[in-house]
Amino acid sequence: MSDTTSQSSLTEKLLQRAAPGRAEFEDLVVVPIFAVIVALIVGAFIMLATAVDITTIGRSYVALLQGSLGSLNAVSETLTAAIPLVLAGLGLALGFRAGLFNIGAEGQVVVGGIAAVIVGFSMPGLPWIIHMPLALLAGAVAGGLYASIAGYLRAATGAHEVISTIMLNLISYRLLDYMLGLSWMQRPGRSDPVSKSVVSSAELPRLLTDIDPNLRLHAGIFLMIAAVIVVYWLLFKTKTGFEFRASGENPYAARYAGIRASLIIVLAMGTAGALAGLAGANQVLGVLDRTTPGFSAGIGFNAISVALLGRSHPIGVLFAGLLFGALEAGGRQMQVDAGVSIDLIGIIQSLIIVFIAAPLLVRAIFPWGFARPAGRRE
Amino acid sequence: MIHTSRLLGGVAVATALLFGSISSAAAFTACQVTDTGGIDDAGFNQTAWKGVEDAMKEKGIDGRFLESQAETDYEANLNSLLGGDCDIIITVGFLMGDATKAAAEANPDQKFSIVDFAYDPVIPNVLGQVFATDQGAFLAGYLAAGMTKTGTVGTFGGINIPPVTIFMNGLAYGVAYYNEKHGTDVKVLGWDPEAKDGLFTNNFESLDDGRTFAQNLYDEGADIVMPVAGPVGLGSAALAAELGTDKLKIIGVDADQYQTDTEKQNVYLTSVLKRMDSTVQAVIQQAMDGTFKGGVTVGTLANDGVGLAPYHAFEDAVPAELKDEIEKIKAGIIDGSIKVGG
Repeated sequence: MSDTTSQSSLTEKLLQRAAPGRAEFEDLVVVPIFAVIVALIVGAFIMLATAVDITTIGRSYVALLQGSLGSLNAVSETLTAAIPLVLAGLGLALGFRAGLFNIGAEGQVVVGGIAAVIVGFSMPGLPWIIHMPLALLAGAVAGGLYASIAGYLRAATGAHEVISTIMLNLISYRLLDYMLGLSWMQRPGRSDPVSKSVVSSAELPRLLTDIDPNLRLHAGIFLMIAAVIVVYWLLFKTKTGFEFRASGENPYAARYAGIRASLIIVLAMGTAGALAGLAGANQVLGVLDRTTPGFSAGIGFNAISVALLGRSHPIGVLFAGLLFGALEAGGRQMQVDAGVSIDLIGIIQSLIIVFIAAPLLVRAIFPWGFARPAGRRE
Repeated sequence: MIHTSRLLGGVAVATALLFGSISSAAAFTACQVTDTGGIDDAGFNQTAWKGVEDAMKEKGIDGRFLESQAETDYEANLNSLLGGDCDIIITVGFLMGDATKAAAEANPDQKFSIVDFAYDPVIPNVLGQVFATDQGAFLAGYLAAGMTKTGTVGTFGGINIPPVTIFMNGLAYGVAYYNEKHGTDVKVLGWDPEAKDGLFTNNFESLDDGRTFAQNLYDEGADIVMPVAGPVGLGSAALAAELGTDKLKIIGVDADQYQTDTEKQNVYLTSVLKRMDSTVQAVIQQAMDGTFKGGVTVGTLANDGVGLAPYHAFEDAVPAELKDEIEKIKAGIIDGSIKVGG
C-alpha cells in the first residue's frame, strides 16, 4: 500500500514538473533555452572524449545548422520530421495536463498507422477529398480507442497507466508483425513483412515537388498547425479542457467539485491517443506509403521528450517538436559532413531532457540568466 | 562570469572553425547509406563500407556514409546525400530497393548502385550488385553436415527477403547433397526451402534475439548454427563462446567473421563470404573512369564474388577428406556439373 502511494506521489511530482500550474516565464522559456545550449556544449565535450578532434566538432555543429536550416531541403526535412513529433507530443501534453503519464504514444502511433494504411490501400477509386480524411480519421480513431483501453483500466480498476501503456506498446509491435503476415495486408510478391502501398488518393500530397522532386514536405504540416490550435482551444477555452487541467492539478479537489474523474481519464487518454494515432497516420500517408515493422521509429518516445520540453503547452510543444525535427534532420548532415555518429544526436536530445528535468542545475550554471536566485523557488 | 567567458570562448572557437572547415574536397566522392544494424556490424554493412574504405586508401577518393537507424530513414538519408556532393551513391540492402528506385528516377543524372537488388527493367543510372551466395552456403552446408555430431544443423534469418533466404537455401541444399553422397540423415532446422518458410527474427539489430534463436536451435539438437541476420548473429556467437565450440559452432556470413568479430573468433567454423567490398570498389572504379552503366553485376564462386572463408581455428578439426570433397564440389559448381538448388 505504501509502495503505491509513494509511487503515485512520485508521478504527481513528475507531472507537476511536466505541466506547471502557473505560467512561470523563466521555467517555461528560459530553462529550456539554456538546457539546449548546455546540452550542445556537453555534447561537444562528449565528442572530444571520444577522440573526435576539435575541427571535426566545429564542422559537425556547422553541419547540424546547415542540415536543419541551411537550405530549402533542410527546412523541408526539419518540418517533415517535426510533424509527427508535434502531433504525438500534443497528445502527451494533453495527458500530462490531465494528470496522466502516458508512455503509450508509440503503440498508439503504430495502431494509428495500421488503421490508416488499411483504409489507404483497400479503397481505391474514392476521390481524395473523401479518401484522405477518411484514412486520417481511421488513424485517429484507432489510436484513440487503443489509448482508451489504458484509460478505462485506470478508471475502472486503478491499474496505473504507466504500466498498462507500456504493455500496450509491446502488444502493438506484435500486432503489427502479425498483421503484416496476413495475405490481404502483405504486399503481393513479397515474403517479408511489408504492407501494400497506400493509393495516391489517400496520400497527403507533397507540397514542394514542383520546385525540387526531392522535397518531402507534405500536407501534414497543415494538420500539425490545426492540431496545435485545436488543442490550445480545447485545453484553455473549453469546459472539458478546464476539467482536464483541474483533474491534473488536484484530482481530489476536482472530484469534490463534481468533475467525473473516471470519465475525464478515459476522455483524456482517448484524445491523447487520437493525436498519436494521427501522427502514425501522418507518417504512413505522408512519408512512408506503407507500414513495415518498426515504422513508428520511436516517434512516440521522442514525443514524450517533446511534450516535456514544451512544458505541456501547445505552443511549447510546437517549438520543441520543431527543435527535435531540426536535430534529426541536422544530425544526418552531421554524419555526412563530419562523420560524427548519428547516435550523438540521441545523446544531445537526452541531455536536453536531463537539464529540463533539473531546473535547479540549469539555474546554478547560469545564475545571471535568472531574476530569482537558485534555491529560492517554492 | 567565468561561465560567460567560457561560453563566449566556445562560440569564438566555433565561428573560427566555421570559416576554416569548408574547404576539403577530393576529386571523387563515394557516399554510402547503410542498412539498419550499423556500419560496425562485423558483417553485412561493414563489408560494403570496406569497399569504400579500400577505394579511399587505394584511389585517394573521399568517402562518406550515413547509417540508417530504422527503415523510415532510408528516404531521408538518401535525400541528404542528393545535394550534389556525391559522385556515386551506394545503398546497401534489399529493403532500400524502393527508396533507391524513387531517388534514382527523380535524379537521373546521379549515379546509384545498390547492394542486393536487381531492377527489372533496368534503371539506366542504377547498377545492382547481387550475389549467388547459395553457392558459398552450399559448401558451408556440406561442411556442416560433415562436421555435426548431433546430426542437426540450424539456421535462422533476419527478415524473409531473397538475399537472406538464398543463404539458407544454399545451406539446406548443401546438407541434402551431403546426405545423398554419404547416405546420412542430417537435418536442417530453421528453414524449409520447399515451403519457403522458417525462423526469422524480423530485425537486423537485436543481439538478444540472436542469442535466443541460437539457444532454441541448440535446445532442439543443433550443434552448428548459421545466423543470416547481420549483427544479430553476434549474439549467437556470444552464446557459442559461452557454451564452448564442442557444443555449438557458428557459420559466419557476409564477411570472414573470424577476422571481423575478433573477440569470439574461435566459434566460427567458417564464413560464407559475400564480397560486397570488391564489387563496391569495382563500381566506384567504373564510376571514376566513366564506364559506369546501369544494370546488374552478379557475384559467383567463379568470379570470387562469393566464397567460403578459411577454417581458421578449425583447420585441424576438419578432416582432410572433407576438405578435398569441398574443393571438388566448388570446382563442380564453377564448371556447372553440380547444380546448387532443389
